[in-house]
Amino acid sequence: MARIELKKLAHSYKPGASRPEDFALREMDHVWEDGKAYALLGPSGCGKTTLLNIISGLLTPSHGQILFDGKDVTRLAPQERNIAQVFQFPVIYDTMTVYDNLAFPLRNRKVDEAEVHARVTEVADMLELGGVLKKRAKGLGADAKQKISMGRGLVRSDVSAILFDEPLTVIDPHLKWLLRRKLKQVHERYALTMVYVTHDQVEAMTFADEVVVVYEGQVVQRGTPQELFEKPRHTFVGYFIGSPGMNFLPCRLDGHCALVDGQRIPLADGVAARAAGATRLELGIRPEFLQLAERPEDGTLPVLVHQVEDLGNFKIVTVQLGGRHELRVKLPEDRPVANGRAWLRFPPEWTRLYADALLVE
Amino acid sequence: MRARHLGLIAYIVFLLLPLYWLLNMSLKPNTEILGGLTLLPRELTFRNYVTIFTDPAWYSGYINSILYVGLNTLISLLVALPAAYAFSRYSFLGDKHLFFWLLTNRMAPPAVFLLPFFQLYSSVGLMDTHIAVALAHCLFNVPLAVWILEGFMSGIPKEIDETAYLDGYSFPRFFLTIFLPLIKAGIGVTAFFCFMFSWVELLMARTLTTVNAKPIGAIMTRTVSASGIDWGLLAAAGVLTLIPGALVIWFVRKHIAKGFALGRV
Amino acid sequence: MDKIINQKAWFLVLPVLLVVAFSAIIPLMTVVNYSVQDILDPQTRVFVGTEWFQQVLRDPRLHDALLRQLLFSGCVLGIEIPLGIAIALSMPTRGAWVSACLVLLALPLLIPFNVVGTIWQIFGRADIGLGGAVLSWLGIDYNYTASPLDAWLTVLVMDVWHWTSLVALLCYAGLVAIPDAYYQAARIDGASRWAVFRYIQLPKMKGVLVIAVLLRFMDSFMIYAEPFVLTGGGPGNATTFLSQYLTAMAVGQFDLGPAAAFSLIYFLIILLFSWVFYTAITNMGKE
Repeated sequence: MARIELKKLAHSYKPGASRPEDFALREMDHVWEDGKAYALLGPSGCGKTTLLNIISGLLTPSHGQILFDGKDVTRLAPQERNIAQVFQFPVIYDTMTVYDNLAFPLRNRKVDEAEVHARVTEVADMLELGGVLKKRAKGLGADAKQKISMGRGLVRSDVSAILFDEPLTVIDPHLKWLLRRKLKQVHERYALTMVYVTHDQVEAMTFADEVVVVYEGQVVQRGTPQELFEKPRHTFVGYFIGSPGMNFLPCRLDGHCALVDGQRIPLADGVAARAAGATRLELGIRPEFLQLAERPEDGTLPVLVHQVEDLGNFKIVTVQLGGRHELRVKLPEDRPVANGRAWLRFPPEWTRLYADALLVE
Repeated sequence: MRARHLGLIAYIVFLLLPLYWLLNMSLKPNTEILGGLTLLPRELTFRNYVTIFTDPAWYSGYINSILYVGLNTLISLLVALPAAYAFSRYSFLGDKHLFFWLLTNRMAPPAVFLLPFFQLYSSVGLMDTHIAVALAHCLFNVPLAVWILEGFMSGIPKEIDETAYLDGYSFPRFFLTIFLPLIKAGIGVTAFFCFMFSWVELLMARTLTTVNAKPIGAIMTRTVSASGIDWGLLAAAGVLTLIPGALVIWFVRKHIAKGFALGRV
Repeated sequence: MDKIINQKAWFLVLPVLLVVAFSAIIPLMTVVNYSVQDILDPQTRVFVGTEWFQQVLRDPRLHDALLRQLLFSGCVLGIEIPLGIAIALSMPTRGAWVSACLVLLALPLLIPFNVVGTIWQIFGRADIGLGGAVLSWLGIDYNYTASPLDAWLTVLVMDVWHWTSLVALLCYAGLVAIPDAYYQAARIDGASRWAVFRYIQLPKMKGVLVIAVLLRFMDSFMIYAEPFVLTGGGPGNATTFLSQYLTAMAVGQFDLGPAAAFSLIYFLIILLFSWVFYTAITNMGKE
């Protein structure tokens, strides 16, 4: 159990870095609460693995501090930090049995054999590895091996946080959900702080109590999956989360409405006023919230339906607004949609305004 | 950290010490060599090198060696490429046995082949020619070439071949314009090893040559005159044999480092 | 990869077959031919069956040469494999020194074999060689032309100097291929340096070690030029290994029959030992 605090943390791989581009991680202050499950979500190369390695101690940050339960561990080695890490591909000791693999961290710390046996059997049971304890770790499937990797972290009684670096990457798709469920069970049983790095939003959303979105070395938003979905604070969060992601339209302001190619789209109260004077404005709305009608109604805009994709229990309709803006609308599967003219409504409570990529509230 | 660097440095010094000594000797006149031990030449002289560069009996040795090594590398590559492709892509009757048999040729002691080679090449009139040595060295270089190339080729997905055929490429055109550029690194590695093993081999090269194609190795092992061994000259000849090897390594060093990084050498 | 069954692939393999047939099969057939015949003169040949084989197998000098060869190859493997692993472990994995190290290590491998012999022939002499001079300055009585022990030691040191780099480079290739995550996990698990070597590095080097052991065994078993130039097989027979004995028999004495029989036995021994080594090492991991 550990409360992990990042204070003015930043990291650059180059010495003497000054410009923002030199930093793999830009300065951040962040607290990871004790016992919660977090997902670090972001595209490849955004810095999430760097952040994970700083937390685990495999990497020492060039700027700032990291504290575990108030204690400064910035310069401490990984084995002194009571953390465990599971990597992208299973890391096991080929020549050892499953039992010896799990016992390895304990034996290195000179724990006596009776205790080793107790801990190993307990963890093996929990991870459903009891049947293969005597087998050579090398011959097992990737999912079993990842469980062993995880197990090596769980056997240690002093482990306070487990860090996962995209651990399901090499797992077969039909086994992924089994492993995800196992991770959740582990979290419920041991109440450890867990940080799970991934670029897959589904994984992040199903695993985490709180999702931390990282983009270009910065934490752009943290919140529950629902918060991220309904109120993205950064255009990247809007674009990355959701399938398909948020629709964005460049716009100008006209009174308390947004103006897209001459078409007026109403905004929520006061939003326009707070955005006055901003330069780059974008309108954002999720495909789930756009409303499509067959007849012109109050407050709707004319659009042309270009494409209807039937994806099982929902449809994605691609429409064109004005001359050149394409929008996607997500509708339930039983809604009939015909090609040709239609009318689109932007509900103001779901229509968001972004100035320089940041949400205007 | 320190101890392990010390060990490495000590080993490298161990490697370089005899080479430095050879260079040292090659730059001294024989009087100084036989007179006593000096760490650096007191009378620096290039006379030994001049002799080698001006005496055809000496420099022809280098030319001959380079010639047959080059020939061997070329022949080995030419015959190994299609064979490696076959082993990589196709399954045919006896393929595993053939591959294994090829590798066993690498295990053949050159001494075993001396006499038969001597008779064989004499009977076809190829004694004392560069092609004879080049062909003889194929005994161990071709299996090596096939083995290395097959490894690289297996790393190229078959889908590339199939796409090319769908696009209408004939096999020769596909092989030359698409496939070969993809295994450039493999060809480089193979050429390097063929060069290396052919360049260093002495026994067969000496047996199959007398005058016209005599390699430098044979010339060096036969230079004992009435007045004893001319150490300075021998040393100079030795130093010159280091140069092609050193040059080759220098030029491929980036590829060697990269090849290691990719896990295949 | 899944291979397509195609018998026409034999055409692609044909050039290799022709070249190797010319270089290997025909000469080998000649050897087999000679091994079962007594050639009294170019016109008169008598089939003698296994007589040459029996003679050769009973030859005490052959037994001696074989024992010397086995001892030599054993020492070579015993020194070069551990030393090569140790050097590979101490080599840098990143940075500017990597290229320099690789180049320096590879140098001895590209020296013609006779030049290797010459280098050590000079280096070991007390009058003109640095090594010999230093040893006698230290008061050590060292003479590789007179003392069999000194000759053996010199030949061994020469071979270690010549070929350890090959083992080191092969092991280095194996080491560099190990992903960082293994070392990171070991750190988190609190593994000692020795544990990292024993449980991560050594197992992952098994593939390249097999190649290294096979190559070093085969090449040391076939060694000819280097000891020949250095000691000429002496003093006496002290450093006469199998290849020198065979060459002397075939070329020097022109005993074609016995030489041919010996050749076949020689080849078979190498094949047998290589197979044994290969099976032993690849099975070691399977227990």
